[in-house]
Amino acid sequence: MSSVLVAWILRAIPFGTIIMFGALGEILTEKSGNLNLGVPGIMYLGGFGGFASAYLYEKSTENPNAAVCVLLALFFAILASVIGGLIYSFLTVTLRANQNVTGLALTTFGMGVANFFGVYLLNGASYTAAPVTYATFSKKIPHLSSMGWAGKVFFGYGILVYVAIAAAIILHYVMYHTRVGLNLRAVGENPATADAAGINVNKYKYLATCIGAGISGIGGLYYVLDYNQGIWATTDQIEALGWLALALVIFTTWKPLNAIWGAYLFGMLYWLYQFMPGLMGINVPGYITDLIQMVPYVVTMIVLIVVSFRKKKENQPPASLGLSYFREER
Amino acid sequence: MEYAVQLRHITKTFGAQVIANNDVSMDIRKGEILAVLGENGSGKTTLMNMIAGIYFPDSGEIIVDGQQVEIASPKDAFALGIGMVHQHFKLVDVFTALENIALGLDSDQKFDLKQVRAKAEKICQRYGFELDLDQKVYEMSVSQKQTLEIVKVLYRDVNILILDEPTAVLTPQETEKLFDVIRNMKKDDKSVVIITHKLHEVLEISDRVAILRKGEYIDTVETKDATESSLTEMMVGKKVELDIRRSERKDLVKRLEVRHLTVKNIEGRAVLDDASFDLYGGEILGVAGISGNGQKELLEAIAGLQKTEENSSVKFYEKGKEETAVELIGRTTKQIRDIGVHMAFVPEDRLGMGLVGSMGMTGNMMLKTFHNGRGINLDFKNPRQKAETVKEELEVLTPSLNTPVSRLSGGNVQKVLVGREISEEPTVLMMAYAVRGLDINTSYTIYNLLDDEKKKGVAVLYVGEDLDVLIDMCDRILVLCDGKVNGIVEARDTTKEEVGLLMTNLREDGERDE
Amino acid sequence: MSKTQAKEPFMRIAKRDQASFGKKFTVRAVAIVLALVVDAIFIFSVTGLNPLKVYGVMFQGSFGNSVRFSWMLRDLVTLLCISVALAPAFKMRFWNIGAEGQVLIGGLATALVMVEFGNSLPTPLLFLVMVVSSIVAGGIWGFLPAFFKANWNTNETLFTLMMNYVATSLVASATDIMRGTASSLGKLNMSTQAGWMPMFLGQRYNVNILVVLILTILMYLYLKFSKQGYELSVVGESENTARYAGINVKRVTIRTMIISGAICGLAGFLIVSGKDQTIATTSAGGQGFTAIIVAWLAKFNTFYMALISFLLVFLSRGAAEIASTYDLNDFSSSIIEGIILFFILGSEFFINYRVIFRGSESKEVAQ
Repeated sequence: MSSVLVAWILRAIPFGTIIMFGALGEILTEKSGNLNLGVPGIMYLGGFGGFASAYLYEKSTENPNAAVCVLLALFFAILASVIGGLIYSFLTVTLRANQNVTGLALTTFGMGVANFFGVYLLNGASYTAAPVTYATFSKKIPHLSSMGWAGKVFFGYGILVYVAIAAAIILHYVMYHTRVGLNLRAVGENPATADAAGINVNKYKYLATCIGAGISGIGGLYYVLDYNQGIWATTDQIEALGWLALALVIFTTWKPLNAIWGAYLFGMLYWLYQFMPGLMGINVPGYITDLIQMVPYVVTMIVLIVVSFRKKKENQPPASLGLSYFREER
Repeated sequence: MEYAVQLRHITKTFGAQVIANNDVSMDIRKGEILAVLGENGSGKTTLMNMIAGIYFPDSGEIIVDGQQVEIASPKDAFALGIGMVHQHFKLVDVFTALENIALGLDSDQKFDLKQVRAKAEKICQRYGFELDLDQKVYEMSVSQKQTLEIVKVLYRDVNILILDEPTAVLTPQETEKLFDVIRNMKKDDKSVVIITHKLHEVLEISDRVAILRKGEYIDTVETKDATESSLTEMMVGKKVELDIRRSERKDLVKRLEVRHLTVKNIEGRAVLDDASFDLYGGEILGVAGISGNGQKELLEAIAGLQKTEENSSVKFYEKGKEETAVELIGRTTKQIRDIGVHMAFVPEDRLGMGLVGSMGMTGNMMLKTFHNGRGINLDFKNPRQKAETVKEELEVLTPSLNTPVSRLSGGNVQKVLVGREISEEPTVLMMAYAVRGLDINTSYTIYNLLDDEKKKGVAVLYVGEDLDVLIDMCDRILVLCDGKVNGIVEARDTTKEEVGLLMTNLREDGERDE
Repeated sequence: MSKTQAKEPFMRIAKRDQASFGKKFTVRAVAIVLALVVDAIFIFSVTGLNPLKVYGVMFQGSFGNSVRFSWMLRDLVTLLCISVALAPAFKMRFWNIGAEGQVLIGGLATALVMVEFGNSLPTPLLFLVMVVSSIVAGGIWGFLPAFFKANWNTNETLFTLMMNYVATSLVASATDIMRGTASSLGKLNMSTQAGWMPMFLGQRYNVNILVVLILTILMYLYLKFSKQGYELSVVGESENTARYAGINVKRVTIRTMIISGAICGLAGFLIVSGKDQTIATTSAGGQGFTAIIVAWLAKFNTFYMALISFLLVFLSRGAAEIASTYDLNDFSSSIIEGIILFFILGSEFFINYRVIFRGSESKEVAQ
């Protein structure tokens, strides 16, 4: 296998993993009928919560324990993003505020919180790091990962890459093979029906949104503590990744298993420009690089068009996506 | 006497103006078939929704099996053995029948679709339902959906089954089948409540009848002691003259010549199939048929709102003469208006099609005429005058001309719509289900209005669901069955049975090239 | 008969009839006050500063002196212009989340014209070309999602969202070419100032203020009194009703979105020519998203939009002022803004619904 291709894949899969987490969380959320445009904000919250807790812990002890690092980071990443999801659910489910607008406000808020407090961590520096946590998260499987190109391609990543795949499979199983999944899909398709069948619609919406936010938040954590080598800096990057995750949700037509290959495909497309010279002998100037960055979005638009064109019921967005539900609506 | 459900002093309001139920107390006995009878808007559905946990009463008590209970959600209702089949089906379109049945089942059992399938099949067998459990709901017909709804509720082992207007979408045969099921359930000592406003059904199936009027409970009577007229009197509150005014036809002029009119739906099935007939000024042509047999498409195609197939033709006769006839097919509704054809159309879906709910009467009066006049700005003066005229002449109750019409009561909404359409002095007037949801008085206002228009020489095409009304009011009745014109009969000579047969049995005759 | 009192749920919700103006005003005022209290708690717990003093400094950000005031106005009209652009789309219930991209692409068109023709065209003609190309570019960005929505009902929320990033990529690419070997683009046509908005009352952006003021009034009139405005509100209410009325739904959808995109494009022109004199991927600066919130909260009334835009700009300038005074960072404004938005969004609930607690038998029902 070409070494350029291997290098490309080694870039694409970690990139894909960030947005896979983001998208998986959002798929879960949207399946309950909530369109949460706050994904970028939630990923910020997750990334910051994870980093801040790991960083503060590493600073406070002489010999940081790797396991504690990981657990702390995960706990606070999920906690911070679930709080984001909770704000969103409270406003849109309990108070029935408009979902689009609430989501956008959440993105502003999440980015603000992460960067505002992030500046305190930076303390004047342009970046700061949590090296032990990074080392733990990015630890590769020994032996296997050094067995030629296959070892690298399949085993050359930190643990969260595999967690993401597992999450996609579990989510698929839950959604399509359990009672909870059946009820959840019903809530997103037709809340009045779900309600009449005795399903607690609000509970499902809350849980799906908050758990979804937690999963999306891990995407932020993975970005900071693995992909970005444990380095925190004030950045717009997470926001762009959040929107890309939303694009991926559409690309998968709301099916978790599609998120696995879809995310890696997005990763390949994203890094295409770097490997074009090596693969095809084309030298790419900077302005082409910028153009290539739009490819994932364009592909998503095409998917959107094709899906609406074919009108296949099973590929449509959940029927009540974006609408709030009030039982006594007449 | 053992009671399944007792209601005590139930009151329910929506907003400050709508009192759906006021201090209602009534009982449902064990093992009886109870009909809940009332006019549209009498609060019968709301009342039953409170037993089913969809609404929560503002005040009052519900007692089930002698225990006072609180039914805050459908789940609570199921736990008490109460299930309801709603008029608007509560099914998930993209799910299979089986998945819909499994929806929301108690979580203390293992999730096993095979088990669900076995039990569902048993229920189907026992009551004689035909149901493909693997079919997706969006591929089902209305009666299949209803079957699924009933199976879904039976699956939950209910003792009290509430059916809201279950026969509205069924053919007479399907209705008979349903009634058999209901009688079987009674034998199992279950209580069945059917909400309806059809008197003959009440008399046929029920043991007792509870009557509601304008949100108030009137009485419960034994069916065997009741007659159609005694029930009507209780339902309306006074003796009702059930005769509809019908003037004699005179000076008939041909207005519309409809030939081979065909409309296909998205899946390519002909929902209106090769319809041909003539419509004359000075007559009322009724359209009968089971709902969803092409009525909507017929009116919309004539109005220029539907895509029609080749060979379809609708000719408009200016003065009843052949030479001046113009083809309407191929023109949009606006183009039809622009060539001077005054066609009034009162569609079935009033707020979703005929009116703009968020606008007031003035805004709605200009809906079809706002293009008129030069300049880029709207003319508010004429519509406002028209709104005032309509308000006065039809006695529309509205706080102001700018109050959103969606906040008016059903009857007033219809008056606004009909008023606008008639004010245009149409030559052709089309109406679909014009009295659905209206009380009897407003209904008669509309019937009289139609007769007035007919006397003025307007050609009236009236789609109705109540055969008695159609036979009493119309001059001729066109019967649609499966999208085809299955016969046109003289209303004065026909019987309900004849029309009913035409509605359900497609006539085999040589004229059709099938 | 059983005499025990049934327990009704602790709390339940009922729909309210239209709330009076006073009621609406009170609810919103209370929401903003509560938000300010929460923000004060946030400020105090992070900085330990007296929140009232901080709010005082915040006030300085917009009203401290005439320069700050005019900057506030400059930012205000940028946000307002985009909100006004969104108004017709939202009134038609078309979720145009793509304002950011429409602004960017309009700004890019302006910048390209400035660079290409800055030296060859006479000034009036140059401006004409700049304006027209920004409008056309924004219009195309509005047209595309509308075209697919009108013909195949493609989800416009997601489609317009994606279009933003296509625009961002194009801008990134174009600035990359334009800057050549320089590290950053800098102001365009620095030497000739070709295509820079002329000075008016001492500032270039005063022209922006004037233009947006006129636009705001025109849009108000358009929505309220024009036939096209009537058409698009009918389409927004119900497509079936629109068809019934003989309105060409496809045409109205596409036309309205072209207008919406075109005005966004014009906002891009105002930003590039009147405010920044350059283009960057951050030229729209998230205003395209903020404008969505403004347009939604204002319920399509352009004058309310001005009010809400003012509130948000006041906040962000105030936060910047706090930041520089107390050595905090600018991101505090995002937090403060986020909290206020949450409260305003949540408060709508109390306008549309009423909450009934157990025991408090609702007397207002009987009226």
